[in-house]
Amino acid sequence: MVIPLWMYLIVAASIFSIGVFAVLARRNAVAVLMGIELMLNAVNVNLVAFWRYSTTDSSMGGQVFAAFLFVVAAAEAAVGLAIVIAVYRNRRSVIVEDVDMLRW
Amino acid sequence: MVVQYLAFVIFSAFAIIGAAMVVWSRNLVHSALFLVMSLFGVAGLFILLSAPFLAAIQVLVYIGAIAILIIFAVMLTRSMTAIREPFNAQSWLGAVIGAVLFVALVAGMILPVWGWGSLPTLPQSDVVGTTRDIGIALVSADGYVLPFEVASLLLTAAMVGAIVIARED
Repeated sequence: MVIPLWMYLIVAASIFSIGVFAVLARRNAVAVLMGIELMLNAVNVNLVAFWRYSTTDSSMGGQVFAAFLFVVAAAEAAVGLAIVIAVYRNRRSVIVEDVDMLRW
Repeated sequence: MVVQYLAFVIFSAFAIIGAAMVVWSRNLVHSALFLVMSLFGVAGLFILLSAPFLAAIQVLVYIGAIAILIIFAVMLTRSMTAIREPFNAQSWLGAVIGAVLFVALVAGMILPVWGWGSLPTLPQSDVVGTTRDIGIALVSADGYVLPFEVASLLLTAAMVGAIVIARED
């Protein structure tokens, strides 16, 4: 008896939804970035699960795509946290509501 | 096979409970540590999906680098780690959107919306995507060598950009 695909998809869907909630509801910008990391992780689980259970494709496409997602996540974390630190230096705050310089 | 199920349940619980605690913790340091727990659970799921290279990269890059980077950011913005109200005024709307998204994703899995009908239940034979396979796929000419080079360019650009943005002047 093996684990069916939908179990992985449920796990990934719940992690993704929690990440969406973190991005929408948290006030601290670092926590928002953590939510983005959770969402990227859920997508990665989905990619690898679909690669594993694919019946038509036997290449390494799914895993390679997941590896590229790691690259994107690392770049996103580096630039995002640099922006957070730059904002903190200028405004003494990382609360996303305080960063409203471009708000009309 | 029971062992596999047990491992799946344990790693899934790690991933989901860790993710939930990332959102719920009021202290950002606790959030970052729960993020590590969630990422570790996802690494276990990669092993169960026979992707050992990705599991190792998950531990090295995510837990070893990104989580540490986040903890550094928490440390550098220390006056903000324990603000009184961690959720904004529209957090109920965020919760509703998250719940609706989850229901929609599960419905898309169960109902044959995209003409799929039923999801495959058996994994494709018992292939294991070894490091050798993924390395060959990344650098072979009929594989993914162009995206590979573009990814290295992206990393360089991100590194330069992060240094320029965070530099003091």
